[in-house]
This record gives sequence, C-alpha cells and structure tokens, in this order.
Amino acid sequence: MTAVLAQKPLREHTRILGVGASRPGVIVTNEDVCQWIDSSDEWIRQRTGIVTRHRADAATSVVDMAEEAAREALSRAGIEASQLGAVIVATVTSPYATPSAAADLAGRLGASPAPAFDISAACAGYCYGVAQGDALVRSGVADYVLVVGAEKLSDYIDNHERTISFLLGDGAGAVVIGPSETAGIGPSVWGSDGTKWGTISMTHSLLDLRDVALQAEEAPTGEALVAGTEAKLWPTLRQDGQTVFRWAVWEMAKVAKRTLEEAGITADDLSAFIPHQANMRIIDELAKQLKLPGTVAIARDIADAGNTSSASVPLAMHRLLTEQPELSGGLALQIGFGAGLVFGAQVVVLP
Amino acid sequence: MASNEEILSGLAEIVNEETGLAPEAVELDKSFTDDLDIDSISMMTIVVNAEEKFDVKIPDEEIKNLKTVGDAVSFIAAAQA
Repeated sequence: MTAVLAQKPLREHTRILGVGASRPGVIVTNEDVCQWIDSSDEWIRQRTGIVTRHRADAATSVVDMAEEAAREALSRAGIEASQLGAVIVATVTSPYATPSAAADLAGRLGASPAPAFDISAACAGYCYGVAQGDALVRSGVADYVLVVGAEKLSDYIDNHERTISFLLGDGAGAVVIGPSETAGIGPSVWGSDGTKWGTISMTHSLLDLRDVALQAEEAPTGEALVAGTEAKLWPTLRQDGQTVFRWAVWEMAKVAKRTLEEAGITADDLSAFIPHQANMRIIDELAKQLKLPGTVAIARDIADAGNTSSASVPLAMHRLLTEQPELSGGLALQIGFGAGLVFGAQVVVLP
Repeated sequence: MASNEEILSGLAEIVNEETGLAPEAVELDKSFTDDLDIDSISMMTIVVNAEEKFDVKIPDEEIKNLKTVGDAVSFIAAAQA
C-alpha cells in the first residue's frame, strides 16, 4: 500500500502585524561630511535631500541593531519569539560570511530552533524578505515570520570618496508577518538585472585582501605592509550614480506601476508610498512618474537617516506610522531597489 | 523627424520644465553644467525626457559627451536620421 503524503494546508491571506526600528546614536551631519569631501551642506541637500545620517558606534553590530528592531516589531505584533516559524535577515554588511546574522538573532531572541537565514539583496533585501515571509506563511510552512533589514554600512565606506559613502547610514527595521482574515500583502513584483552587476559594488573582493594578507604574513616586514595599505585594501562601496539614477527612477516606476496593477488597485487607493530611501531626488521623481495624488503620504526618512540599504523601507514605514498613526490600516506601496541590480515591491496594509 | 530648430525648442521646453530656466536661455553654445548650472541628476531627467520626446536612445556612456546644448541637438538629429 502506498503511503499518503501529508502537505500543509494553504492559507489565503497574510499581513504585516507589527514594525520595529533601531536608529543608532552617532549623528553625522553634512558639515561632518564636508571635512572628508570637498562639498557643502547646500550641495548635499540639493543633490540628495540628506541632512543627517545615523551611524553606529564601534561597539554596535548589525545584529545588535537587528535585535532592537526585532524586539519592537514582535512586541507591537503581540507575538512571542517562540512562535516564529522563520527568522530572515536581509543584510549586506554582516562581517561574517558565515554563520548568518539571522541565526545569531534567532538565538538572542529565543526563537531557536526556528529556521534562520540571511539574504543578500542589498537595498531590495527587505522587500525580498517580505516576499519570502508572505510565501512561507501562506504555504503553511511557518505561522509567523520575522523579516529584518539591518545594515552597518559605515563599516564598508570610504568617507573620502564621493559616489556613495556620504549618502549612507546605519540602522535596522523589522516586521512580523502572520496569517490574516483579509488580504494584507499584495503580489510581490521582484527581479534582477545582472547585466548591471558592477553598477553598485564593492571596490574589490575579499580574496584580493587575502592575497595581500598572506604575503604580509610571509614577509618579515609584513606588519608595516598591511598597516600602510589597509585603507586601500579594505573593500568599500562605489556606485555609478547617473546610471543607477536612470534605472531607479524610470525602470522602478514601471515596477511600481506593475505592483499596483497586480494588487488590483490604483495610485488613488494608496495611503502611503514607501520607496527605498536612496536619494530624495529619486523619491520625488518616482512620485511624479507614478502621478501620486497629494493625499498619499510619501516617506522621506532619508533626510534624517540617510540611505540605510535594506533597513530603509521598514525604518521609513516606522517613522510614517509614528508621525501619522492614522495611516494604520491604509494601503502602502513599498519598493526596494539596489546593488545586483535587484528590485522588489509589494502593496501592503500598514500595521 | 524633427529639424535642428525643432529639436532645440523641444529641448528648451524639457530644460525649462526640469530647471525653470527660460527656454530662450537654452542656446546651442551653452554648456549644460557651466552655463545652465544643470547637475548630473537633472541632466539624466532631461536625457530621459528627450528620449521620449524625440524617440531616440541616448546611452549612459554618451551623456558625458553631451557637453553643450548643440552637442545634444546634433546627437538627437543624428540618432533620428
């Protein structure tokens, strides 16, 4: 006799149950930035809309920030860590290739033995995580999923270069996804364009660093060699801003429109627009391309937080809900896009 | 296909919409950055709008060669031909 294989029953609906944030305490102003690059407060504000960035001190790690954001999200969702069926951390700045930041986070929260893993999708990482969390809950694999975007970008910048470093901040944002009576997460529209792989990238790979470190170990003058070249050897981020800008506005406007279509709504139905906080000019131009009515609240967390990569969308959502709690229950279009190049978007009901 | 005069006036409209500059300030010998004070982000917006208006492709690597308004008019005219 053939055994009958059991499969989990599917769930119809999911939603975001709660959101949490961690904003580290070192405030970097445009005046600070101008000590490192030849620029001005006015130039930076006009080009980027950024006034300050929050950065973490040396003692604060990616997982420290992830934990703070996660605890708040769990508490707002009314969910215990032990109820989590998966812990997903979107990050590109965990200093360990392995083990994952997510496993550390799950252990700290008391979510073990929940499955835990990191995803590398840069500024789209949080939206990639929501796509996965939504799918895991709807497929019955998990009851509740924690999705965190956490970055300590300040460890991977060179303050003296001017393509990207001055934009970047640190932080973490988290959401808990769970079952819902009504639709709370629309279809994910996500993807990649690997032909633009090098458009936002590290200066070089860790293997380049290893080769020099090995030489230094073997050479009697090794210590001096490493000390003298460290700044150049440590990989840091760069971008081709103009190419990224074109892609981020005109390609992402198409993605955003498709996301609204697939969710069966129009821009007029939105309460909020929460794009990745890359640059205020991108946010403004995207809003223009989408013809958002004046009633839609547009997240502009970047002015205070800078660009925090995977953390930016949940951080911006957290700020919107803190400043305008009446948005709760309304529809928000969230879209992340960045290094890969990769993108992900959903329409969600705000918790 | 548009004449050079039509391309110039079309470009001037696009520049006006992006920057608020008077269309008559957009002359063939004017440099986008030095004379018209247009930054790289605005330049990209102008390029994309010009692509739509004139139905041409202006690749990213070409943009740095478009130093003056005249360069842009010539490029668009050639791309349309």
